[in-house]
This record gives sequence, structure tokens and C-alpha cells, in this order.
Amino acid sequence: MSKLGLITKGIIKENPTFVLLLGMCPTLGTTTSAINGMGMGLATMFVLILSNLAISAVANVIPGKVRIPSYIVIIAAFVTVLQFVMQAFTPGLYETLGLFIPLIVVNCIVLGRAEAFASKNGALDSALDGLGIGLGFTAALTVLGMVRELLGSASIFGLKLIEGDGILVFVLAPGAFIALGYLLVLFNKFKSKIS
Amino acid sequence: MAKESTLKNMVVTLTLITLIASSVLGVIYAITKGPIDAAQTAKINSAISKVVPEFDNDPSADKFQKELDGKSYIVYPAKKGSDIVGYAVESFSTGGFGGRIVIMVGFNADGTINNTAVLSHAETPGLGDKMIEGKSNFSVQFKGKNPDDYKLLVKKDGGDVDAITASTITSRAFCDAVTSAWEVYKLCSADTGKKEVTNE
Repeated sequence: MSKLGLITKGIIKENPTFVLLLGMCPTLGTTTSAINGMGMGLATMFVLILSNLAISAVANVIPGKVRIPSYIVIIAAFVTVLQFVMQAFTPGLYETLGLFIPLIVVNCIVLGRAEAFASKNGALDSALDGLGIGLGFTAALTVLGMVRELLGSASIFGLKLIEGDGILVFVLAPGAFIALGYLLVLFNKFKSKIS
Repeated sequence: MAKESTLKNMVVTLTLITLIASSVLGVIYAITKGPIDAAQTAKINSAISKVVPEFDNDPSADKFQKELDGKSYIVYPAKKGSDIVGYAVESFSTGGFGGRIVIMVGFNADGTINNTAVLSHAETPGLGDKMIEGKSNFSVQFKGKNPDDYKLLVKKDGGDVDAITASTITSRAFCDAVTSAWEVYKLCSADTGKKEVTNE
């Protein structure tokens, strides 16, 4: 597969949120606004690229029976690094996403890519795969966050469009499911059209 | 492809990986510790200067702890010269919709509430987070009130506070935290009265 194909497949053909439906917990939990969704997406992308890179480099020397614990330790280390860095340099974003950052460790996208792709491919390809999947995840979360923010609080990226409250349910968990459902429909229609 | 597993190579691999991971974390922790502390202090300081009248000391350096009902609260005195112009009390409530709410409540020297600032919370965005100043008029109603003649309870519970629409639990927790801050403030102002007598 071409290098560019590795990146684009994560955005459309294997979009982790809209096609693979992986990592639903942070998807539904953090997308109360576009900024939060994007922050979570970028944080996950950071971990994905680094963990894919590291795991593809060491996969050949890790005995098969302890590969999952090894991957988890590697991923957890990167997530904790990210947590420290965010706490230090972006305290505002850390506050809104704080609860979900440690949960990136158990995000099935990250472990899924490590097991399905990084352990069988070279370092560069794995990093590109991480970048592609990460971009797809970020795009999906940003769009979902935008929709929920627009409907739920009548603003976009924190910019108030109309005075007053939006439709409250979209800020809460049920709204996340509803918005995600409709976005899935739209995405699949779009996908079947281009293929 | 993955190597064959033997007890020896499994133990060696896991030990090595955890060793490397923990040393990397140790280094990163050491590097980020300074900025993290600085970010936290900056946050506290900006909250303090928001909630108390103008001061010229360093409240963070003069902070002290107060015990109330077995819980300890941090108090930041704001001074101008040697006169105390107000207290910022870091207060909290565990009764929020999403758990713990930490707020900074500033009192003027005469005991009226000067302002409040939310330090951390886990309330629902768009609902409970309206307690943050600027997101709604909820926090404004506390300004300039003296809790002696202003009942710190939501109207539903017979108090004087207008609750946030659809966020009564958050509003209650906020009132609860302000009430604790007020109790702590009373302890402090009683102390200063005593100290002045003993000092002079």
C-alpha cells in the first residue's frame, strides 16, 4: 500500500469512529464541544503514533505470550508522558479532558492498531498508520463535537452564535448517541457514493 | 514475527520494558514538575486576585490552614500594608452532580462576599458548569452579600439563591461550599481579633 494510502485509509475507509466503531467511550464522553473533541482526538493521535512506532520497533524481540502486557506498558508510558506534558503546558485543556486522558490506555483503537498493524509492519508504515487513524479519529470527534455544541449550546468552537440555550439533550450522554447515529448514516452514504 | 516464549525470555522482556518505561516516566516527571507547579500556582493566584479586593502582599506565601468539622481548608489572606483587606477561602463540596467542586470564595474585611471563582469541577458542560463566572448570572448574585442576612440555600430549600435552571444539585453544592467558606471566614476573623490583642 502506498504511503499516502496508509494515511487516507484511516480517515475514510477505516475511520475508527464511523466505520470500525472503536473507542466509543472517549468519543461519547468528550465531545460536548468541538474544542474538547479535537483535543481528545489530537491527544489520542499523539499516543497512537508514538506507540505504533515503538511497538513496531520492538515487536520482533517480544515473546508472543507476553506481547499484550508489553504493549499495554508501552502505551501506558506514552499516555502518562502526555498527561504530564498537558498538565504542565496546557492546564486548561487538561482540566476539561483530565478524566479521559488516562483512559486512552484502554482505548481499543490504540491497542487494536498495535496488535493488528504495528506488530507486523515496519516503523515508518506503523507511524503513518498511527497518523492516519489518529487524523480520522480527530476529524470524527471534532465533527461530532461541533454538531453537539451547535445543537446543545448554540455555539461553535466556543463562539456563541445565538443568545440563549440550545437543545439540552445534545450536551448530555443521550444526545451523543443520537448525534453519532445520524452522523453514521451520513458518513455511510458519503462513503458508498465515493466507492 | 514474535519469538517463541520461554519463561526466561518472558521475564527478561517484561522486566526490561517496565524498567525502561519507568525510567522514561521518571525523567519526564522531573522535567514537567516545575511547570506543573507553576501552572497550579498561577491558577490559584489568578483566582485569588479575582475574588478579593486589591492587595499588595503575596497571599500564597501567607496561606494557612483551618480545620472545620474535621476537614481542612486553605485560607489566603489579602493584605494592604499590614491591614487585612480580605480573605480568599479555598472551599469545596462533594455534593456536586459530577462529584467534587472546588471553589475560591473571597470575603471583604466586613464579611461580605466579594466574588467567587470555580477552581475545579466535573459538572455537566452546558448545565452545571454555568456556575462559572461569565457563563451565566448565577455567581453574580453572591457578590456583595453578607451571609449573616443572606440565606445560602437555593429558593427551593427556603433560601435566597436563584438556582441554575435544571442544575439544582450543582447549585446546592455551590451554596454548600460557600457556606463552608463563610464558616471558615468567621473562624479567621475571630482569630485576627484575638491575635491583635495578644500581639500588642
